[in-house]
Amino acid sequence: MWLWFHKLASPPHAYRLLGKMAPWFGWPALAMILLATWWGLARAPADYQQGDAFRILYVHAPSAWMSMFIYVAMAVAAAVGLIWRIKLAHAAAAACAPIGASFTFLALATGSIWGKPMWGTWWVWDARLTSELILLFLYLGYMALRSSFDDPQRADRASAVLAIVGVINVPIIHYSVEWWTTLHQPASVTKLDKPAIALEMLYPLFIMIIGFQLYFGWAISRRLRGEILRRERNAKWLQEGA
Amino acid sequence: MRRAATSTAANLVFRRDLTLAWRRWDEVAQPLIFYVVVTTLFPLATTPDLAQLRVISGGVVWVAALLASLLALESLFRSDVEDGTMEQWVLSGQPLGWLLLAKVASHWVLTGLPLVIMAPVVGTALGLPFDAWGALVASLLLGTATLSVLGGIGAALTVGVRRGSVLLSLLVLPLAMPLLIFGSRAVGMAMDGESPAGPLQLLAAIFFLTLSLGPLAMSAAIRISVET
Amino acid sequence: MDLQEFLRMGGYAGYVWTAYGLTALVLLLNWIAARRSEAREQESARRRSRAD
Repeated sequence: MWLWFHKLASPPHAYRLLGKMAPWFGWPALAMILLATWWGLARAPADYQQGDAFRILYVHAPSAWMSMFIYVAMAVAAAVGLIWRIKLAHAAAAACAPIGASFTFLALATGSIWGKPMWGTWWVWDARLTSELILLFLYLGYMALRSSFDDPQRADRASAVLAIVGVINVPIIHYSVEWWTTLHQPASVTKLDKPAIALEMLYPLFIMIIGFQLYFGWAISRRLRGEILRRERNAKWLQEGA
Repeated sequence: MRRAATSTAANLVFRRDLTLAWRRWDEVAQPLIFYVVVTTLFPLATTPDLAQLRVISGGVVWVAALLASLLALESLFRSDVEDGTMEQWVLSGQPLGWLLLAKVASHWVLTGLPLVIMAPVVGTALGLPFDAWGALVASLLLGTATLSVLGGIGAALTVGVRRGSVLLSLLVLPLAMPLLIFGSRAVGMAMDGESPAGPLQLLAAIFFLTLSLGPLAMSAAIRISVET
Repeated sequence: MDLQEFLRMGGYAGYVWTAYGLTALVLLLNWIAARRSEAREQESARRRSRAD
């Protein structure tokens, strides 16, 4: 089992494997996303209270989910890279950041757009949106730290420490923001939280999440291949023709 | 040569930093002055009416303390890394975490503690009532101490980076938001006549968590900064 | 449901289509960026091996 793990971490092997895996992520991702979009926009019934605006949920919630999932994945990859000194893991963490930040931005933008017809304002300091905003700051800080070093090894390792510190803080931040939003609303309806929806209205949501996850897998495979080429530029296996 | 006890080493670090700072008074005074200036900005920007200022007084004092602390943190490790002292510490065989913690502790005494002491003065200028002083001081004691450790991690990561202090603030501020939420809320509750025990206990919990894991992160970060 | 009604989204057309449009944009941009970064590295690796 360890042999397999070590083989996986070997760059030429990983390069080939990722190349083969990418289409197996990519095409199903496209299919799932299109399916979820069609289902969410055309097939699912409109909500009783919110009408068709409610369909924004099908892009907002999956984006929010991915933003948090990717941050954890990034921190895990960074930790693996730091503890076992596997460069590929650091490369994976680096690849995660822009994708995760994009999803965070998307969650904020779609959440804000959803808020306008529903609550009348473009922005609302509710728990979900505020947490997403702070998560965006964490992503941006990570990317800023990475880019402030010329030495790639120092960039890898310093940002790994930051990612780990960040991921430990995320539950604390979530809890404190939740607590903060309940302060002035006694029986608060946390605004963009999932209300009690019928299960059949949630199917497009699950399919979209699967689609996004596959998309993430595809994007990471591609970016990681690029990173491998860049980091291994003087290695023999590359010069002998990949 | 027999290796000294860690507590002796830590003690020496702590006292050396305090002595050095004593000779450079102005560096210690600057964050404090910044603190007072920033709190003055808020009435100027909003209203001189104390009744209205009172509502945000706890928050303003907290934000000003946060910003002033961050300003002071950038130079925490800089001179020791530059002159090679830090490298010696890494190689010394002493547990690096303790030495760094001693440094953070002396830094807090020089920058964080004065902010806490000045807080009631500054708060009163914003209409903060006397009843809330206890919550203000307690929350800031825990908060600035926690912030010193968090800031220590950030400073260790960004040592030697150009314009490091902006980057440091960007990294540390999101992590400090829970402190701000609980700290200013504690003051707010005390002003409303409620017991601030809840948020103060949460602040204490965060402080102890940070105190136990912080030195680990700091020494990892310092090693990365010094070894590459 | 006819096309007109579908596009109108019960009056919320602006909001729904902007939200979905942004989603498509973000996914598209990341797709382009991922492919370009891989292609760029492949190209420079090819150039380097030719140069030896």
